[in-house]
Amino acid sequence: MLKWIQQFFKTFLLIELLKGMAVTGRHLFLPKLTIQYPEQHTPMSPRFRGLHAQRRYENGEERCIACKLCEAACPALAIHIESAQREDGTRRTTRYDIDLTKCIFCGYCEEACPVDAIVETHIFAYHGEKRGDLYYTKEMLLAVGDQYEAEIARNKAADAKYR
Amino acid sequence: MEFTSVVFYFLSAILLLSGLRVVTVRHPVHAALFLVLAFFTAAGLWVLLEAEFLAITLVLVYVGAVMVLFLFVVMMLDINIETMRADFRKYLPLAGLISGLMALEMYVVLGGQEFGLKMPEPKAVDYSNTKALGRVLYTEYAYAFELAAVILLVAIVAAIALTLRRRPGLKWRDPATQVVVRKADRLRMVNLKPQKPGAPVEDEA
Amino acid sequence: MDQIQTLLGPAWLPVWTLVKIMVIVLPLLIGVAYLTYAERKIIGYMQIRIGPNRVGPKGWLQPIADALKLMFKEIVIPTGASKSVFILAPVLALAPALAAWAVIPFGDTLVLADLDASLLYVMAITSMGVYGVILAGWASNSKYAFLGAMRSAAQIVSYEIAMGFALVGVLMAAQSLNLGDIVRAQQGGFWHWYFLPLFPMFLVYLIAILAETNRSPFDVAEGESEIVAGFHVDYSGMAFAVFFLAEYANMILVSAMTSLMFLGGWLSPVPFLPDGLFWLLAKTSFILFLFLWFRATFPRYRYDQIMRLGWKVLIPVTLVWLLVEGAVMQTSLGRFFH
Repeated sequence: MLKWIQQFFKTFLLIELLKGMAVTGRHLFLPKLTIQYPEQHTPMSPRFRGLHAQRRYENGEERCIACKLCEAACPALAIHIESAQREDGTRRTTRYDIDLTKCIFCGYCEEACPVDAIVETHIFAYHGEKRGDLYYTKEMLLAVGDQYEAEIARNKAADAKYR
Repeated sequence: MEFTSVVFYFLSAILLLSGLRVVTVRHPVHAALFLVLAFFTAAGLWVLLEAEFLAITLVLVYVGAVMVLFLFVVMMLDINIETMRADFRKYLPLAGLISGLMALEMYVVLGGQEFGLKMPEPKAVDYSNTKALGRVLYTEYAYAFELAAVILLVAIVAAIALTLRRRPGLKWRDPATQVVVRKADRLRMVNLKPQKPGAPVEDEA
Repeated sequence: MDQIQTLLGPAWLPVWTLVKIMVIVLPLLIGVAYLTYAERKIIGYMQIRIGPNRVGPKGWLQPIADALKLMFKEIVIPTGASKSVFILAPVLALAPALAAWAVIPFGDTLVLADLDASLLYVMAITSMGVYGVILAGWASNSKYAFLGAMRSAAQIVSYEIAMGFALVGVLMAAQSLNLGDIVRAQQGGFWHWYFLPLFPMFLVYLIAILAETNRSPFDVAEGESEIVAGFHVDYSGMAFAVFFLAEYANMILVSAMTSLMFLGGWLSPVPFLPDGLFWLLAKTSFILFLFLWFRATFPRYRYDQIMRLGWKVLIPVTLVWLLVEGAVMQTSLGRFFH
C-alpha cells in the first residue's frame, strides 16, 4: 500500500521526467565539443584512407610495376590496369584507372602493393563536378602523388613499425 | 445605409452562397469546407446580434469539433463522385419539399410581428449575454440542462459500450505497470564457471 | 495625435486599429523567427553543441537567411493535389494563431479587443487551427501527409478537451471569462497565482499545450522517422514557411496564455516590484524555454500512448480536481482559490 502511494506521487509529480530534464539542463552549461570544421580539424590517423595517389621513386621513376595485385585485391572492381613493355625492357602500366564512384576506400590495394606505389592519402575533401571527374587516370593519380609526396612519406614512416 | 447593415448583407451573402455551394459543389470534402464557412459566417451574424457567447460556442463546437470529425469521415470514405451526381436528381423532390418547409418556418418566425408576435426589446449596453445565459441555464432551466447532460452522457457510454469489443489473446501491456519495473525485479546475476565445450552446463545462482 | 484624427475623419478608427494590429503582429513574427533560432541554439547547447553560428555574429542573422531561402524557393504543387485547398491550408493554419492575439491583454488596459468572453474566444479560434493541418494532409494527395494529418487532427481534438477542462478550473477560480479579469484576480504576489492552487490543472495544461501545438514529445504528426514530415511533406518554399510560422506562433500564443492564466500575466511576482509588460514577456519566454527543454529531453510518444494519456489520465485528473476545487470553494477554505 505504501509502495502504491509512493508510486502514485512519483507518477503524478512527474519525478522521472524531472530527472531527465535535470540531465539535459546540466548539459546546457557543459563546455561544448563542437569543432569548427574548416578552421579546426580533428586529429587524423596516419592510416587514414582518403583520395588515392601513385608514388614515384626519388629519381622520378614511377613505382608501379603493373603486377595487377591491387586490381585483383579490389573488392569493388574499381581499378583497371593495362600494361606493356617499355623500351628499356621493364614492364609498366599504360593505363591505371581508379573509378572513385565505385571505390569503397577499404585500402586493400595499398596493402596488396609490393612496391608501395598505390597509396591512400589524407585528402578527403575533393570533388568532381560531373561523374567523369571522379574517374581518376594514371596521370591524375601521379599528379596527386607528386603534390603530396612529403606527407605520404611521413605517414608511411609513422605507420612503418606496425606493418 | 448603416455600417451594421452593410456587414449584415455581406455576411448573409457569404452565408447563402456557401450554403448553396454545400449542395452544389462536386467534391464532398469541398462541400464540408463550405459548411464550415457557413457556420463561421453564421457565427459572425450572431456577433452582430450581440449574441457573442452563442457565436463563440458555435465556432468552438461546430467548427472546432463537429466539422473536424465530419471532415475526418468524409476524407476516409472512398466515394464515387459520379454516382453521387446521378443521385442528385433522384433526391431533388425530397430536398425541394424540405427546403420549402424551412422557408415556410422562416417566414412564420421572421414575419411574426404581422401575426401579432411580440419581438424582444434591444438590451442595454452593459448587458452581458454570457452572464444572462449562465443565470438562466443554472436557475430556471437547471433541470432541463442537467437532463440534457445526463442524456448526452448516456449516449456516450452507450456508444462506447456498443462498439467495445474485447479481443482475447492481445499482447497489450499497461504502460503504468511497465514503468514501475526495476532492474532488481527482472534481472538475476548468475556466476558461470568457465567450462569446456560439450560439458554439461551448470549454473550457480 | 488629435490632428491626425481630425485629418482622417471617419477613416481614423480602421487606420488606428490596423496600426495596433501591426504593433502586435510584427513583433510576434520577429519573435517567431528568433524562436526558431533560440530552439536551435538551446537544443544544441543541451546536446553539447553550439548550434548555428555562421550567419552574422554568433549566428544572429540565421533566421533571416532561412526566411530568404524559403522565400526564393519554388512552391511545388503535387500532381493530383487539390490546388485551391492546398494553397488555402497554410493560410488556415496561420490565421487562427494570429487572430487569437486580438484579445490577449499585455497590461492592465493594454489590449486590442477587451472581449467579455475572451477566454472562450481564444479557445474557439485556436480550435480552428486543426483545419490547416487536416486540409494540408488531404490536399497533398499523399499517404504520408494524410496519415500525419489524421494523427494530428485526432490528437488535437482529444487534447482540446483536457485543455478546456484545465481552463474551466481557472475560470472557476477567477469567476470570469475575461483574460484581463483572470489576471487581475491573481493580484498580490506569486503565491496568489493560480499555478499553486490549481497545480494539477497547470501540469495538465502544460502537457496539453505541447500536444495541441504538435510539439515534441507529442510530435507524431511530423514523426520524421516513420512518416517523413507528416502533413507538410509536400509543401515547399513559402507555403512550408507559413506552416512553420503557424507552429511557432501557436507556441508563443499558448505560452502567453499559460502565463496569463497560471502565472499572473503582467503582474510582478513580489509586491514591491512594479507590474508591467516585462513580466508577461519574461513568463512567456520561460514557458517557451520549457517547450525547447522538453524537446531536448523526451523521446517521442507512441501514438496509442498519446491517446491513452489524453483520455485516460489527463481528463480524469482535471475532472477530479474540478470537483475538489468546486467543493473547496464552498467551504471557508475557498479563499485559497482567490
